[in-house]
Amino acid sequence: MKIIVCQKQVPDTSGKVAVNPDGTLNRASMMTITNPDDMNAVEAALKIKDATGCKVIVISMGPPPAEGMLREALAMGADEAILVSGREFGGSDTYATSQILAAAITEIGLDPDDLVICGRQAIDGDTAQVGPQIAEKINVPQISYAADIKLDADGTVTVQRMLEDGFMMIQTHTPCLLTCIKELNKPRYMSVEGIMASYSKPYQVFDYERLKDSPLIDPTTIGLKGSPTNILKSFTPPLKGAGMMLEGNGRETCDKLVGILAEKHII
Amino acid sequence: MAANYNSADIAAFKNVWVFCEQRQGKLMQTSMELISEGRRLADELHVDLCGILLGDNVADMAKDLGAYGADKIYVCESPLLKDYTTDGYTKVIVDMIEEYKPEVMLFGASNIGRDLAPRCAARLHTGLCADCTHLDVDVEGYVQFLRGASTLDVDSMEWDYANRDLKMTRPAFGGHLMATIICPRFRPAMATVRPGVMKKGKYDAAKAAAVEVIKPEFSLTEADFQTKVLSVEKAARKIVDLIGADIIVSVGRGIASDVEGGIKLGQELADLLGGVLGGSRVTIDSGWLSSDHQVGQTGKTVRPKLYIALGISGSIQHKAGMSESGCIVAVNKNEAAPIFEIADYGIVGDLFKVTPMLIESIKAMRAEKEAR
Repeated sequence: MKIIVCQKQVPDTSGKVAVNPDGTLNRASMMTITNPDDMNAVEAALKIKDATGCKVIVISMGPPPAEGMLREALAMGADEAILVSGREFGGSDTYATSQILAAAITEIGLDPDDLVICGRQAIDGDTAQVGPQIAEKINVPQISYAADIKLDADGTVTVQRMLEDGFMMIQTHTPCLLTCIKELNKPRYMSVEGIMASYSKPYQVFDYERLKDSPLIDPTTIGLKGSPTNILKSFTPPLKGAGMMLEGNGRETCDKLVGILAEKHII
Repeated sequence: MAANYNSADIAAFKNVWVFCEQRQGKLMQTSMELISEGRRLADELHVDLCGILLGDNVADMAKDLGAYGADKIYVCESPLLKDYTTDGYTKVIVDMIEEYKPEVMLFGASNIGRDLAPRCAARLHTGLCADCTHLDVDVEGYVQFLRGASTLDVDSMEWDYANRDLKMTRPAFGGHLMATIICPRFRPAMATVRPGVMKKGKYDAAKAAAVEVIKPEFSLTEADFQTKVLSVEKAARKIVDLIGADIIVSVGRGIASDVEGGIKLGQELADLLGGVLGGSRVTIDSGWLSSDHQVGQTGKTVRPKLYIALGISGSIQHKAGMSESGCIVAVNKNEAAPIFEIADYGIVGDLFKVTPMLIESIKAMRAEKEAR
């Protein structure tokens, strides 16, 4: 049994977000971090590894510097890391990204008792789409928004899946794909031994050459050209004006405030 | 996939479709919002607006959807569709899309819509834009929208006014950046739409009576399912998580005269808005609130869409921890309180008097919205 964990390196939007004059993100000026939900995905896999001794492989699509993030996952306790990287993959939307990651997972090989675990969504795009789209393309069931995962020896997977107003208990079987929310667990820290070991653990790069024979990989399904969606415009919202002191402090004033907030879809 | 189905054959696709989500036999508010918004898009495209409703014994809901503007509702009923499952819902929706070929397909960006829509888009080989907050077809309307919502100099740009693609606008990077996405080469253009953003129209009894209900044939058997729903449960409150919260109501020294009452009021307002309760440093140091409520802690910044400060003067640390919130509302007795310098809206008054009125105002606004 093994677990494949998908990770993404993202700009740290909890710090200062820098925007270029043309409305695009100034990525160079921003720190990068492992996408927070993906840390929960690694932890979920490592917990199962602690209990079963299974192998954990972390995989990420991104530019070469994403190696640092993958090494951190190795230092936390993952066994192998794979960076999917290539010019041909650049500019991919969620459809194309899931296409490439599905090809990479197929290249690793998915056995009947395997699991794929992703974070629910990445903080740069907040789409939550790549996980379910991978599941479709590797043809396994998915359970998203996992807040609790139970895996039985026979491959039965029972998940508490969060809804806005409650939760569902859902059962499926391996192989399947789960996406995790942060309530699932608290990611462990890297240990000193882990950091030392991380540089001797298997680390591979899957480039276009390595994946090009997959039926999923085609110029019409990957990269900018293979992406069904395109960006028409990106822009920054206008700067905030000065604040507004409301007159009075009675019910009328409150009604006015609530009206403004509702009008602006804030509440 | 159906043999004759080709998502790149754009000319074969027509009409706007909305996935009408229901849970336990009750339509979600987002379904009405999307029908209302879908009506506008269908009018811009001069096509029909159709809803697709899945469940067990749900056909009665079609009238309500008609009342908000749907021309037709496709109702797919089966005991196997009673509770949402990715397997069952994806299969039926994909089959219907392949059969009827809508050019636009909208889903609410609920935890269910965000599970279902990507799976459908992947199977259909088309584009999906997540969590949209604004939609356009007409370029004129889109340019007008940009005029108010962006810093772009739209008048110096060239526009193709004949373009009929669905323009799907969404925030990225926590709202620091907005992007408009199109899906020019495939159909349907799919979007999930953030709940609560689109305006629900007026209930029209005549339209409710006129809606055409269609019960298409579809095939779904136990063999189509790899997942099983064991139970669906309404759950208790969320854990306090200030960092991920969309709405934070915080209390400060202003509650000192009645700590218990002040916390209760703040919590009530937060619950009403689906937000969480925060507190300034003094409320933590005094032991009034546990430390997970603290705003303005070193190195911890909150960026909710809405931050309501009740009786908080606004120390430098506190402001540093929350000044990047989307909208800041401050209530404080002292009109010189520094919090007002960064507030979008300020009310000078006693939080113990203002907060209950604010709660009443919100309830009244909601009741009015519900009645419409």
